[in-house]
Amino acid sequence: MAYTVTTQTPASRIATILGAITIVVLISLPFFAGRGTIQDMFFILTMLVLAQLWNLLAGYGGLVSIGQQAFVGMGAYAMFGAVILLGFDPVPSILLAGVVALMIAVPTAFFAFRLNGAYFAIGTWVIAEVVRLLVAQWKTLGGGTGTSLPREATSDMWFVAGIEKLLDVRSAAARDILAYWLALALALVTIGGIYWLLRTRRGLALAAVRDNSEAAQSVGVDAVRMKWLVFLTSAFGTGLAGGLIYMQKARISPDAAFSVTDWTAYVIFIVVIGGIGTIEGPIVGVLVFFTLQTLLADFGSWYLMTLGVLAIVIMLVAPRGLWGLLSERTGLHLFPIRRRLTGGKLKPEER
Amino acid sequence: MIWVDTIAQGILLGGLYALFASGLSLVFGIMRLVNLAHGDLIVMGAYLILVLVTLLGISPFLAVFIAMPLMFALGWLLQRYLLNRTLGDDILPPLLVTFGLSIALQNALLEGFSADSQRLPTSALTTASVNVGPITLGIMPLLTFGSAVLVIVALNQLFYRTELGRAFRATSDDATTASLMGIKPANIFATATGIAMVIVTIAALYLGLRANFDPNIGPARLIYAFEAVIIGGLGSLWGTLLGGIIIGVAQTVGAAINPEWQILAGHIAFLVVLLVRPRGLFPRAHD
Repeated sequence: MAYTVTTQTPASRIATILGAITIVVLISLPFFAGRGTIQDMFFILTMLVLAQLWNLLAGYGGLVSIGQQAFVGMGAYAMFGAVILLGFDPVPSILLAGVVALMIAVPTAFFAFRLNGAYFAIGTWVIAEVVRLLVAQWKTLGGGTGTSLPREATSDMWFVAGIEKLLDVRSAAARDILAYWLALALALVTIGGIYWLLRTRRGLALAAVRDNSEAAQSVGVDAVRMKWLVFLTSAFGTGLAGGLIYMQKARISPDAAFSVTDWTAYVIFIVVIGGIGTIEGPIVGVLVFFTLQTLLADFGSWYLMTLGVLAIVIMLVAPRGLWGLLSERTGLHLFPIRRRLTGGKLKPEER
Repeated sequence: MIWVDTIAQGILLGGLYALFASGLSLVFGIMRLVNLAHGDLIVMGAYLILVLVTLLGISPFLAVFIAMPLMFALGWLLQRYLLNRTLGDDILPPLLVTFGLSIALQNALLEGFSADSQRLPTSALTTASVNVGPITLGIMPLLTFGSAVLVIVALNQLFYRTELGRAFRATSDDATTASLMGIKPANIFATATGIAMVIVTIAALYLGLRANFDPNIGPARLIYAFEAVIIGGLGSLWGTLLGGIIIGVAQTVGAAINPEWQILAGHIAFLVVLLVRPRGLFPRAHD
């Protein structure tokens, strides 16, 4: 009797349908939601992208990086450089942001991979600091004080005129909607891409390396190559997100673009709270994070303190995060990657 | 001659970085734990000394001796009840817990003491200097460097001449076998972190006496400490001192060329060493 290998579950089929509905709602959101909602959603989506990519690094690749701000900042500065120095349009410059982030990821990995485990974390942080200090020397892009996107570049941006006509909104609102749609596209591609990667042979190799590097190598998995693959993919995506975030902000400074709190600490907290090592985790995490931020926004440093303490408690009590708790109790997987064997010689009641 | 002076200042600055780094090196050496909150704990130590100085109206040099046992107790409790629970094969829990601790501590200090920069009260001693041949050295930097050397000598004595040191080394090599011999690894780890916190307090004293500090400077101190440890080679305390000196000299030389390059030059020196000697200058035989 033949057997089959499946990854789909009934829950994941329902999730696919619900996901498709959610995507349609999100795409059409600008038609009925106000500008404030669009800006909030932009923030949520870009943080989700950063969280998914950090999760790919740490949760699947075992590479705890505290230097993701290097790629956000470098991507953002590459985008500004392309617009200000080369006269490019901001929208295609976002792609360049990803490419430049990828380019600095190569030497970063070269240095950081020399450091093991925990020291890798601080190593990436040092390199992010080096990049920030170097960029702060770049006087044509404002040096330490930073600069803004020129008005003519933002007003004639691709697609903005079309969106103005389509939705009958002013130019500033149209730019937010454009940024929102791009962020949505980036988030979908990121989640889809990571899910696809994890379901391919490479994803299996990645999980094997994470669970036991020596055992994985003994069956022919090239652990070092997997690390490079994950690190470079994550840097490229983080660079794209950086370019997009700063296209929407239209104002940049080294301290903001290379902020360890904004682009790495928040992201780590989102992943840890939601559940590290799952695709669902960062989605849950970003929603919790946004809710906490809305509730505690007026309390300044208390808010960050709460996040820090919450991350400690979750790491100790439920290391798989909120989603881990839920999926342990219910067996629910919205993005199943586990391969299950069905059929074969045993009858169903014998299994 | 200005260069000799610059390099001498750099060497003495290296003493401060070695003090930052010794605690980190000690904790890593014994339990393979990288404490990302190390820099913030140094800053917290500086605030503790400041509070004692303000409340009791005593000299910082006296206050540090009150702060030391308090910080030892804090380190002991922190390790015994929080960090010990994160130790294991998985590197994620200790990293993420200490990172959470770093952010929580930073913001607690921000809430308690505001973002204004503070400084420990200075006396005539802190501004005094001596002439050594053609160069002038500050008493404060000399004291810092002397303290760093003393701390390292004391730690080496502790490690190789005492029963506690033997327990440290045994637990570091093999915690399970050590526990068969009547050693409690959980308490050994707690004591090690307690001692690291005593060194942190000494580092905090000089940090607060030499320059302004505010709640946000912790992470940068962590990075300098980390660089010194890696340059020296994991587990070598004298290597850590040399690592601190290399960072210090690179920073003062960088600053002499262009003030904006000070921090950058230190990081570059670290990357160069990492490139040439990935395991540091004096690596231990294994790990």
